[in-house]
Amino acid sequence: MILNKLDMDLLNTIADIKGVPSGALNVRLNGTAVLRQSSPNIMVGPNADGSGLLVEIKPGTHDETVHVPVILTQAGLQDKVYNTFIVGEGADATIIAGCGIHNESHAVSQHDGIHEIIVKAGAKLKYTEKHYGEGSPAGKRVLNPTTIITVHAGGSAELEMVQIKGVDNTIRSTVAHVHEKGSLKIIERLLTQDEQQAESDIEIILEGSDSTAQVLSRAVAQGQSYQVFRAVLIGKESCLGHVECDAILMDKARIKSIPELQAEKADAVLTHEAAIGKIAGEQLIKLMSLGLTEDDAVNTILEGFLR
Amino acid sequence: MLKMENIHMQVNNDSGEDIEILKGINIEFAKGKVYAITGPNGGGKSSIAKVIMGIYRHSKGRILLNGEDISELSLTERAMKGIGYAFQQPTRFKGLTIGSILKIASPEADPMHIRKYLRDVGLCPEDYLDRDLGAGLSGGEIKRIEMAQLLLRSPLISIFDEPEAGVDLWTIQKLLGLILSRYKNNTTKTAVIITHNEKIIPMCDEILVVDGGVITAQGTPKEIWHLIKDDIECKVRYQCQGDVIYDIK
Repeated sequence: MILNKLDMDLLNTIADIKGVPSGALNVRLNGTAVLRQSSPNIMVGPNADGSGLLVEIKPGTHDETVHVPVILTQAGLQDKVYNTFIVGEGADATIIAGCGIHNESHAVSQHDGIHEIIVKAGAKLKYTEKHYGEGSPAGKRVLNPTTIITVHAGGSAELEMVQIKGVDNTIRSTVAHVHEKGSLKIIERLLTQDEQQAESDIEIILEGSDSTAQVLSRAVAQGQSYQVFRAVLIGKESCLGHVECDAILMDKARIKSIPELQAEKADAVLTHEAAIGKIAGEQLIKLMSLGLTEDDAVNTILEGFLR
Repeated sequence: MLKMENIHMQVNNDSGEDIEILKGINIEFAKGKVYAITGPNGGGKSSIAKVIMGIYRHSKGRILLNGEDISELSLTERAMKGIGYAFQQPTRFKGLTIGSILKIASPEADPMHIRKYLRDVGLCPEDYLDRDLGAGLSGGEIKRIEMAQLLLRSPLISIFDEPEAGVDLWTIQKLLGLILSRYKNNTTKTAVIITHNEKIIPMCDEILVVDGGVITAQGTPKEIWHLIKDDIECKVRYQCQGDVIYDIK
């Protein structure tokens, strides 16, 4: 077995993998694919220039999952991968990505994952990406994911992007193009602690008529961490778009939220709402009145908020 | 069961001056009884409840629970000792499900038990257990969930702060039935209902009228009707608020 206990623990954390899952799979360990398998409906292979993966989900595939997690345990490794996912017409599939870094050294371990996702006409995609870091406080764990997604006519996609904890620096970039009657939902949940920094840029271009997009961002910043959230919605046709950003600020942390709406047609309906604040005192009191300590009450509120 | 001895409570007003909200409250809540605390708005009813729970701190006096002085105990410690409070305006939580809050309220409760209590407050478990305790719920729904938590938790002393607010008549009758059957003649537990509701008050064992930070009347419903009837000041105050609370005939 190429994967040791540490690797398996990381896989469990980021992708809920406890053994080798059946079905389509690619596990990338320290820059190399160590487990790869295709299924009858999902082809997993190298892309043309060898910089990453090409995952093709056959048209009409029903309710299948492909796992493509990445783990870094080699100290100081700078890993970069370019993966392309094509969800065929009318397919219904789930992609479970994510990256876990274990770094016990003083060096910087970094993974830059560029994912291009094409959701063909009438296809339905659920995409989950969890990021997690652990190890020595002296070392740095850096994760810079880029997601470029195109949702074709009548297609739908839900992206759930989560930073669990332990990531020192992240610059997240998500660009989406949504075509006629296509729909996109992005759920982003970020936790930063200590001196960590996170920057998330989301740009959604609603290109087609009757296209829809929804962005739900939940952020918790603790310690002296700093987060910047930018969400840009561009409505080029009759469309519906909404951005919601909620953030809990603790200790001496800082959060900046910058929503931007750009409507280019009178029938484009774009809205945003943002709220940043500390944990509400009445929430703490309520949970403490049920017997929780203040610390347990805070943890319960944060876990729920980032759920 | 629970005794408040000469309880005073002060707060600062906008000008920074000390204002006395409770002015020497003496109450003894006995086991197996259901109490109603009533009186005009701003009179100190909820302050008494919050002082008992430990949400507000009293400035003078002491609180005894089964003979133990709990005055210095924190909110959490009092909850663990067996005091429970259903808030008048329940808090909403983003991301916390109704099932989760009920489990926090009673960690030992099995799923069947939790479902039963949701049904008891008129909510279908299948529809509600996995729902967020957030903005998607109506005022009446969240109020019923608040009551379900306290009924499920079943502490030694349960304080219901205006349970009728925002709840339909059918449900409040049902909830009142639950409270009365649970607490009347119970050998170990007590219920306190802060209420203005003329249907709830007569069904309680004992009534306390709180006005201006003091208890102005105390007794059985029959005794209290008579006292209120004779208390012109109190009566006028209610009527001036356009809210005749009691049938005082």
